[in-house]
Amino acid sequence: MLNCKEATRLMSEAQDRPLSTGEKLQLEVHLAMCRGCRNFREQMDFLRLACRRFMQRRGGGDDSSSAS
Amino acid sequence: MHRPLLSDKPLIDDQFVAEVRRDMLKFAQLQLRDATLAEDAVQEALVAALAGARDFAGRSALKTWVFSILRNKIVDLIRVQSRTTNVSALGDDEAGLDETFDALFKDNAHWRPETRPFGWGDPADTLREERFWEVFEACLDHLPEKTARVFMMREFLEFETDEVCRELSLTVSNCNVILHRARNGLRRCLEGSWFAPGERAC
Repeated sequence: MLNCKEATRLMSEAQDRPLSTGEKLQLEVHLAMCRGCRNFREQMDFLRLACRRFMQRRGGGDDSSSAS
Repeated sequence: MHRPLLSDKPLIDDQFVAEVRRDMLKFAQLQLRDATLAEDAVQEALVAALAGARDFAGRSALKTWVFSILRNKIVDLIRVQSRTTNVSALGDDEAGLDETFDALFKDNAHWRPETRPFGWGDPADTLREERFWEVFEACLDHLPEKTARVFMMREFLEFETDEVCRELSLTVSNCNVILHRARNGLRRCLEGSWFAPGERAC
């Protein structure tokens, strides 16, 4: 059985590599029972999104404020 | 053919350069944590970008190009730095972050009720807030240096994780540990500094 601490490690690694079927299954079972870890996963997704947006803002990609 | 540098309504004027330079410095400083190195990288990138200026559809496209040059400069500097510093060695601030992380859990490695992650609401609402980005930058700046370096290479310079490991001579498991530490540190900082503790998970 996965505990919360191990689940957070898997959720971080899921941002970097595809999880194995076994890992996914264990994680899904844990998430079904644990709201704290479901929130953690949403927060990981948020961080990835925020980093992308941060770069777009810096690099001018989608940032219309600096266009004339 | 017109040359953007000499056209009647120039694409590049002092104000634009000043603005881009300010953004670039902030970005380089975050990544390199060294004011002199950051300043040099920005100057070189600006000179290279303006010397090679082609036709750009607008300032936004030009800015993107200048930043891609800066990104390459930063990657070069990180490569040089990684040859002289041991990224895998744990600093005091890194160890502190690990202790803080461990303290979030009970003895059985499940969340303590008071530190359990809570819902952050609609991401789109948050990312629209100008003030959020100040907090976000401050939180990035709070990450320990080596941790921040690995995280930013992954998320901002868009390296694959195995490339980050290779560039910094880290094992994959070490890389994973550092990225996990970084994400959790950032998460905790944002939770404490931006997201008001609202409804607790049960």
